[in-house]
Amino acid sequence: MDGGARLVTSIEAVEAGLDDCGYIASRQIATAVFLAQRLHKPILVEGPAGVGKTELAKAAAQWLGLPLVRMQCYEGLDESKALYEWKYGKQLLYTQILKDKLAPMLGDGEGLEGALAKLHGVGDIFYSEQFLEPRPLLKALQQPHGAVLLVDEVDKADQEFEAFLLEVLSDFQVSIPELGTIVAPVPPLTILTSNNLRDLGDALKRRCLHLHIGFPAPKLEARILATRAPEAEEGLRRQLVAFVQALRGLELKKLPSVSETIDWARVLVLLHARELDTQVVRDTLNVLLKYEVDIAAVEPQLLAMVDKARADALTPNYGVPM
Amino acid sequence: MSDVLLDFVRAARGTGIRISPAESIDAVQAMNALGWEDRAALRDGLGLVLAKTTEEKAKLAECFDLFFARSDMKRPEAPEAPPVADQQAMAGAAGEPQGGGGSALGEMLRAADLAELAARMERAAEEAGVRNISVFTQVNLYARRMLEQMGLRELEREIARGGPAVEQLRQGRDWLRGEARALVERNLQLFARGETEKYREEMLRRARLSNLDRRDVERMRVLVRAMARRLAARYARPRRHARRGMLDARRTLRRNMPWGGIPFRTIWKTRRIEKPRLMVLCDVSGSVAAVAQFLLLFLWSLNEALSGLRAFAFSNRCIEVTDVLARLPIEQAGAEIMAQVGFGSSAYGASLEDFDRLAMRELNHQTTVLVLGDARGNRTEARADLLREIADRSKQVIWLNPEHPLAWGTGDSDMPRYRPYCKLATQCATLDQLERVIEDLLRASA
Repeated sequence: MDGGARLVTSIEAVEAGLDDCGYIASRQIATAVFLAQRLHKPILVEGPAGVGKTELAKAAAQWLGLPLVRMQCYEGLDESKALYEWKYGKQLLYTQILKDKLAPMLGDGEGLEGALAKLHGVGDIFYSEQFLEPRPLLKALQQPHGAVLLVDEVDKADQEFEAFLLEVLSDFQVSIPELGTIVAPVPPLTILTSNNLRDLGDALKRRCLHLHIGFPAPKLEARILATRAPEAEEGLRRQLVAFVQALRGLELKKLPSVSETIDWARVLVLLHARELDTQVVRDTLNVLLKYEVDIAAVEPQLLAMVDKARADALTPNYGVPM
Repeated sequence: MSDVLLDFVRAARGTGIRISPAESIDAVQAMNALGWEDRAALRDGLGLVLAKTTEEKAKLAECFDLFFARSDMKRPEAPEAPPVADQQAMAGAAGEPQGGGGSALGEMLRAADLAELAARMERAAEEAGVRNISVFTQVNLYARRMLEQMGLRELEREIARGGPAVEQLRQGRDWLRGEARALVERNLQLFARGETEKYREEMLRRARLSNLDRRDVERMRVLVRAMARRLAARYARPRRHARRGMLDARRTLRRNMPWGGIPFRTIWKTRRIEKPRLMVLCDVSGSVAAVAQFLLLFLWSLNEALSGLRAFAFSNRCIEVTDVLARLPIEQAGAEIMAQVGFGSSAYGASLEDFDRLAMRELNHQTTVLVLGDARGNRTEARADLLREIADRSKQVIWLNPEHPLAWGTGDSDMPRYRPYCKLATQCATLDQLERVIEDLLRASA
């Protein structure tokens, strides 16, 4: 029943496994991966940019020991780019090369009809798997031991494509008119991500497990930071997390995400900062905040916020404003 | 066990989450995979399978806690129930008068056997069919049925007879009443919400927007958004749609005339879909404000299906509010607009003059101008000539008036003067009417 390279036994196992691959999963994420493996359903991951949606797929692939097949969605993406295409060039080349072979085979004296009949027998050769160029979706289905299929930013694709995706995701099979139906020997673990650019169709949502990854709680973020930026010292990390958490409580155009926290930690390490102070924060604020307006909004409160973050870092639960 | 889950699905549907049969099958499978023991995991799992947005997840979690709060009370106690008490209970429930001794219920109250009482109450609730409750007026009825099931009559008789512990019994009875009511109310919350919600929504769609209850406004907003999204999904199509594989033979031949008709350049058929360009003029003076707010919300939620929506608000003067709407969430934007121009007494002439200055030049044959107002200018100049100019320059003018057509032209209403220049002038006082007008507008341009 379970065809993954690794048998998934429990939620804890998922958590530990992802942990080993450097991905700190919350309980919900682990449950989602566990259920996806058990029920053979795709996971639809939504949430703000930079909270580790794509990272989840990568970690899952690494942990399960399966190849990761990634498909980036964009406007205008269609079947020939997502599923398969014929290698037209190769087909042409081969017909040219085989030209000499064809003439004697078709026979000289048999007239047009005879030649056509013989050609019919040959025609299918050029539409066989050798001339098939598999694109991500087909590639994921063809993997003998299963795969992790990442359909990134599915909200950027058109609605038509979404409808097409439904067919693939519900049965894990595709039909190619010239070849017949290709069924996945092992259904791939499928992860779709969405940034909520547009509302996805109900039908797609219904087929998927719906996982929302929000900004992590301080404890979790501290753990993520510890794995991703171990160079930073414990004390600095705690202050960092407290500061970023406080930042997320403000009204900003774009709130800093986990990826920004990690970047910031690395920047601070490069600058040999041992703890937060107003000057360092002011100089590096552009790593965290991506809009001029946001930086301008935070600047005047900087002193108070840094002080608070330093104080909060000393309390056990990082003093989250809840 | 899956019966319980189905009950839960029913309760969850009641909170407004849409759950398809396929999803409930998924839920059963998820439950089998996760087991019942780990409640947090089960809750997460059901959240993954059944809820498809963050709001739905929150609702589902709340429903989950409410739903399984009951079984929590039940589970530890049921096996401990002593058989003797059970028999007595049965006798009590059947309504047999008991001679000298106290009633079973009184016995339990005296012994303060809370566990047994809770278990009995659950059983009584099941027998009384509390789950079928559908409106809040039934709460008392069901609570009384439950208590009778538990043997309230005997208890009453015992209290009437008097005795040493009568005061304690009386208190116990009142406590029981409270508990029973609470249990029924919880069931009402769980199972009846769907019915009432549906009913309310039906009513709200037809209610006049101008006299909405304050507490309904929030619900109304949700409804408006849902409506708008439905329309947007239907009409938000790419503007230029290639009809795949259809060669435009006529144009191809024409294009290739220089090459003697040999088709070097092929031209394919495309279908062009126009999105309506819309300018909205909203009267936000006291009388029309409520309707205007919903119109703006509606149009704003439609953004996908419209291109270049520009909004103007006026009472005694007219300002552009497009960027206010874009900048702030719609609820705050409403307040902001009101603060700037709202609540004045409307002067249509002056407002049209303002509009003339602000945007007249930008009207073209693709623009639809939507005016929302009661056309009551408090006897100020109407300036219908400006509306005529607007009509001449734009594709069409549509006037939505919250008043009934019979009232147009009465008192200070200038509607008859404006009307000749409007392609369509119609009443728009309820959400249903609003939806119909907008849908017509979208369809005409699709």
